[in-house]
Amino acid sequence: MMNPERSEPLVIGGEEFRSRLIVGTGKYADSAVMVEAIRASGAEMVTVAVRRVDLDRSEGILQVLDPSEFFLLANTAGCFTTDEAVRYARLARAAGFNEWIKLEVIGDAETLLPDTQATIEAARVLVGEGFKVMAYTNDDLVTALRLEDAGCVSVMPLASPIGSGLGVVNPYFIREIKRRLSVPVIVDAGVGTASDACITMEQGVDGILMNTALAGADDPVAMARAMRYAVHAGRLAFIAGRMPAREIAVPSSPTGGMLG
Amino acid sequence: MADTIRVELNGKERDVRAGLTVSDLLDTLDLEPGLVVVERNREILARARYDEVVVRDGDRLELVHFVGGGA
Repeated sequence: MMNPERSEPLVIGGEEFRSRLIVGTGKYADSAVMVEAIRASGAEMVTVAVRRVDLDRSEGILQVLDPSEFFLLANTAGCFTTDEAVRYARLARAAGFNEWIKLEVIGDAETLLPDTQATIEAARVLVGEGFKVMAYTNDDLVTALRLEDAGCVSVMPLASPIGSGLGVVNPYFIREIKRRLSVPVIVDAGVGTASDACITMEQGVDGILMNTALAGADDPVAMARAMRYAVHAGRLAFIAGRMPAREIAVPSSPTGGMLG
Repeated sequence: MADTIRVELNGKERDVRAGLTVSDLLDTLDLEPGLVVVERNREILARARYDEVVVRDGDRLELVHFVGGGA
């Protein structure tokens, strides 16, 4: 049977990944569980945040996560302006691992919905500085097109708000974004459980980024395993091409040959 | 106390020894230079310069690193 993790790599910005699942490293109660969950998810790319060193008790993520085992994707989470996001991106690159950045510019603290105009501006600046930008955005097609034009290596529309676990609220717009863009479309945020991941992948998108769905599960390691299968299943179903949905019953056994 | 200077370190004022290099400062704080990025007065310092850059009175220093995060 075809295994999408082996036969059909995800290529973003010239880099090949076998897994279509990208996972975050936030909100885990226990760092050993986090590492085990990430391994169980099969993800190769993991996101990290840039923050001040806590001078009283300094523990960074790299004390528990081996940067040679995973591809680190730093984010600009928590930034509300173009300048702030650019500053965080530059700091992330100076850490010396790669020139990739998951760009997020938040426009509203309550919903964590993106400031799309500031995101496009920041994307232009960072692409100009040689960054490979993966841009978090909402499910708006025009913004997605602008981000692609700006030179982003991937556009990352949300399924639903960050940390909400509501699943994909607008599959039509997600499909439209995928249909119109040439760069990989990775759905970022909102996936709550395995069925959400499966439905998201069935829209034809190239991958999913999730964090809270794993970190917030009762058993993050088991949920990571479920998500790995769900992403596979959704990808396979998309490639297989689903049957048309009909609002009538159509028998799947022969109607002839019934006993008289 | 003529041989101490005052800097702003991660948003807090702190007195440090005059003549301290960035490497010395990280050493004092028990931080691994390879895991920390230093911004001085809004300018990122290249790691190769940690040994030569001397911290000056009034410097605003930000020491950052990677922490767990998703979106």
